[in-house]
Amino acid sequence: MGSINKNAVQQSATIISNKRIGSYHQILISVGEIVKHCRPGNFVAISVGGDSSKMILRRAFAISRVSENSQYGGSMELIVAPHGSGSKWLCSLPEGSEIDIVAPLGTAFGIPTEPISALLIGGGYGSAPLFGLADVLKVRNCKVDMLLGASVGAKIYAPLEGKRSVNSLKIYTEDGSMGEKGRVTESLLEIVANRNIDVIYSCGPMGMLRAITELVAPTGVIHQCAVEESMACGIGICMTCVLPVENEDGQVQMLRSCIDGPVMDGSKVQWSLVGQVPEVLS
Amino acid sequence: MSTTLGNAWFPAPIFTASGCASSGKELAQFFPLKDVGAIVTKSVMSKPRHGRPTPRMAETPSGMLNSIGLQGPGMDAFLANDVPWLLEQKARVVISIAGETIEEYATLARKLRSVSGISAVEVNISCPNVENRGLVFACDPDASRRVIDGVRKTIGGELPIIAKLSPDVTNLPEIARGVVDAGADALALINTVLGMVINVDTMKPHLGGKTGGLSGPAIKPVAVRAIYQVHAALPQVPILGMGGVASGRDAFELILAGASAVSVGTASFGNPSALIKIQNELRDILTAKGFATLQQAIGYAHREETA
Repeated sequence: MGSINKNAVQQSATIISNKRIGSYHQILISVGEIVKHCRPGNFVAISVGGDSSKMILRRAFAISRVSENSQYGGSMELIVAPHGSGSKWLCSLPEGSEIDIVAPLGTAFGIPTEPISALLIGGGYGSAPLFGLADVLKVRNCKVDMLLGASVGAKIYAPLEGKRSVNSLKIYTEDGSMGEKGRVTESLLEIVANRNIDVIYSCGPMGMLRAITELVAPTGVIHQCAVEESMACGIGICMTCVLPVENEDGQVQMLRSCIDGPVMDGSKVQWSLVGQVPEVLS
Repeated sequence: MSTTLGNAWFPAPIFTASGCASSGKELAQFFPLKDVGAIVTKSVMSKPRHGRPTPRMAETPSGMLNSIGLQGPGMDAFLANDVPWLLEQKARVVISIAGETIEEYATLARKLRSVSGISAVEVNISCPNVENRGLVFACDPDASRRVIDGVRKTIGGELPIIAKLSPDVTNLPEIARGVVDAGADALALINTVLGMVINVDTMKPHLGGKTGGLSGPAIKPVAVRAIYQVHAALPQVPILGMGGVASGRDAFELILAGASAVSVGTASFGNPSALIKIQNELRDILTAKGFATLQQAIGYAHREETA
């Protein structure tokens, strides 16, 4: 009907499985036909707390991956950090529970038509959508390298089966409990140069996205990042999740990260202005 | 379930609430906009506006605080891009306007004179998210009257004028009477309630704008009280009721208090098809309670029982 989120539907979905993996929960839900329209980078908005809940707003989660041919006829995987009361509620649900979802929402990662060299960078559970992305890139004959980082090893999400589409995977933790000690930005410029990276795809904390953008700015490498801003609705009506982004005319606009994102061109996001108000338009 | 506000007729009594439907395109993915009573647009100002800094949102028990600060494209772009699309959808359109000065409201109203097809103008004199609390016109009886008077002189008699009021006042009926005397054809009750959340980790106000407007089921009793008080004082003045409506029962409650139509705002954030659900539930409740028309239920809580 509309031109915005034209494939989004509101429907109920059934939890197929809910497993704890490190600090996260891997939740698989049966969603049916809508998987056909889900692209890496899209997200899902889920009602939490049940009908009598005092939590009135949906929670947004990146769609980790979808499968069309599962025995459930279309399933969606989410990686959820039980952090606040809404995500804790979701992580506590047993198999067979029904949830109310709206999906797919938001922009998707741009997929190149040429077989390029891509570097995928994930922070914490931000790695979740990158494995589905890696599968898609691999099918396009892209070379896919991946860097994952987190504060501690338990917050690295890197499933075994997810690595099949990845040429190389390097892990960093701030405490050194898994992989190399440090952050994903540690050797980023060397990796970009040595591997002739054309495009960086990233998902994770805003600080990481900003650091990547600033590091690669002089190199001309394209940086598509999936941003994270707190949202009330996820469908573009509440105007709370805005970010200052430069448009084609060089003007800064406050764009909704739910509709104009979550995937944005990192070089256009005015990271230094996040949390401020740009000069009044004239 | 048709209803009227001033001389504007609407085929159904459930509307969007200003600031909770953006341009309308976003909700059109979930239901045909013509199926609800009206789309009340976000409040539009003369110039494009960025609004307030993030964070702009905090969920609270059965509610949320927002601090958007009237972000928008400005009236000219809005009339060029958004309104024609809404009219193409055959939606009834109520345009909400907000100004920083009394003159700005009149200027905005003047721009609406040449727009055909719109149903009414909502004059938002009560947005809590402005830099200076002194600029919340609806907290000041005299300023409220002057804003509405300026709008009336511009478009009075052409378009019904709906004055949107704040519950954050001592004597709401007095302010309501003032704007009605100045020319408001109907009242929109209530805007959000001023609130604040302090983040206990940073130990500072959570919102970028520090204060925000509280909405959602948490404020429904405030809305019911406000509508009841104003309907008691001004029974002839139609009220567009709003505040925490999430079900047909909630909408019915506001109608019993005195609302002729009901806007749904925050509920759409949690449920994109909330308006349709609420409208269907309301129809069922009216029937179940034995009301042949919506009009019979308006203000029904005010009746005096004869023993």
